[in-house]
Amino acid sequence: MKGISMIVSVASGKGGTGKTSVAVNMALSVGNVQFLDCDVEEPNAHLLLHPNLHKTEPVYTLVPLVNEKLCDYCGDCSKFCQYNALFTSSEKVLVFPELCHSCGGCALVCPKKAINYEKHRIGALKFGSAGDLKLVYGELEIGKPMAVPVIKAVKKQIEEGKNMILDSPPGTSCPFIETVRGSDFCVLVTEPTPFGLHDLKITVQVLRNMIIPFGVVINRAGVGDKKVYDYCREENIRILLEIPYQRRIAELYSRGVPFSLEMLEWNEKFRTLYGEIRKFVGK
Amino acid sequence: MKQLTILSGKGGTGKTTITASFAVLAKNAVVADCDVDAPDLHMLLHPEVIEMQEFRGSKVAVIDKTKCIECGLCREKCNFGAITSDLKFDAFACEGCGVCTIVCPVNAITLTERISGSSYISKTKYGFMTHAMLHPGESNSGKLVTLVRQNAKILAEKENSDLIIIDGSPGIGCPVIASITGVDAGLVVTEPTLSGIHDLERALQLLNHFNVTPFVCVNMYDINTDNTNKILSFCKENRIEVVGIIPFNPQVTEAMVNGTTIAEYSPESNVTEEIKEMWRKMCLSLKSGGS
Repeated sequence: MKGISMIVSVASGKGGTGKTSVAVNMALSVGNVQFLDCDVEEPNAHLLLHPNLHKTEPVYTLVPLVNEKLCDYCGDCSKFCQYNALFTSSEKVLVFPELCHSCGGCALVCPKKAINYEKHRIGALKFGSAGDLKLVYGELEIGKPMAVPVIKAVKKQIEEGKNMILDSPPGTSCPFIETVRGSDFCVLVTEPTPFGLHDLKITVQVLRNMIIPFGVVINRAGVGDKKVYDYCREENIRILLEIPYQRRIAELYSRGVPFSLEMLEWNEKFRTLYGEIRKFVGK
Repeated sequence: MKQLTILSGKGGTGKTTITASFAVLAKNAVVADCDVDAPDLHMLLHPEVIEMQEFRGSKVAVIDKTKCIECGLCREKCNFGAITSDLKFDAFACEGCGVCTIVCPVNAITLTERISGSSYISKTKYGFMTHAMLHPGESNSGKLVTLVRQNAKILAEKENSDLIIIDGSPGIGCPVIASITGVDAGLVVTEPTLSGIHDLERALQLLNHFNVTPFVCVNMYDINTDNTNKILSFCKENRIEVVGIIPFNPQVTEAMVNGTTIAEYSPESNVTEEIKEMWRKMCLSLKSGGS
């Protein structure tokens, strides 16, 4: 990834801790940002950024298309497929596109060269802008199980020379991993509650395994308990920023207003936060 | 036996708070925590594990460097970018498809099953609970959700339970789909924010796609009453029953910090009252509903 200035992803483990809010407010404070909303199951950043959308592109996966004229129903493809996306009976090969990971293996093992690939639509990419900020977000189609190919499609849009900010989906499994892979730094947003801490700990394990540097933003500081502070101290995790619980912030969010636009002191705080990350990453 | 899934689309709207209170109110139910990559329900219900199973959900390619001739074919054919230029295997990117094993001319690569998590059958003071923990960073959460639901079903049949209460994960992708297929009702917990509304609509579309009867609960409704009214009229237009309108109350977080449910922590609170009323409505609907 030549020429990319810095990739910062914002993640959390637990949902609803304020990932999107932190990512958007940081993006608005920094400038020259390309914002990639990788929460393709429930993308929300556009509800805070109110972009002008100028383009939509479909996202496809490639799934097997069996040429029945060549196929002799030997079943090698179904046997090979680890995802049960193919089923061979005595006179038909059934393909289940929702289960296919597009590995290409079935075509490789087919002795009759009877398998080609066709496009299967699973979502869309949306392109927009708000001021000098460029937004790309993905939208998984309803009923499609696999978010990862849509996340990959979003990440392909990374532009050179931009400050990259990636908003991750909640959880700690494949969609989160796909989002943070390749990041220079990951901002973990948590809340000081037992649920927030529990899910933070899982996320920290994953990031340490992936060798991605990270720091924590404590949102809704003041609610709950102090255990997240103890945990960060014991684990030597830097707390980058605390955002207090304030009804005003919650109300602004509910109306789709990034709070740093109304509470201007936060603009500077988010800029400082980003500056610290930049210093740490050294880009 | 009926099955009810609590879901939300957007995370952090209060699924687990409500599921836990339902578990307390239910007389004869099995509870299944199907948020397997960030499960939280156990922190409120304190299950005692009766049985643990290893979950082998996926495979990963392993290379025998002593056999490898560094031809690079595996890297060329891998569609997941899981093999680096110095032919190292990235277990986080590997999806266990097996293509590398068949293209390798010297059979240096094998697929190995990996233990991707654990699943549990437990007892709480309110009844039985099934749950799981996906190992950090593992994939295939959908399969593990299915296992947790199977365990719940077996238990419910054995114990003559009349209901399985399923706590779902946020989103609308594979683990959520696995937790709603074939259930009798889906209760979507939302909040009156623009994101909450957006995600509610997608969650409702998902329920519709899989023919699951939808119900809605607006949590923390007083954060923005205009948005709450929007949700209510949207539901009315689409003939979706709103079974609960719950006020914001800091006691919900206090209960969580104390490791208990709001129904027990503050039985007289306005939140508990509303959850009880919601539970009554859900029971009625589940009884009268077909299937």
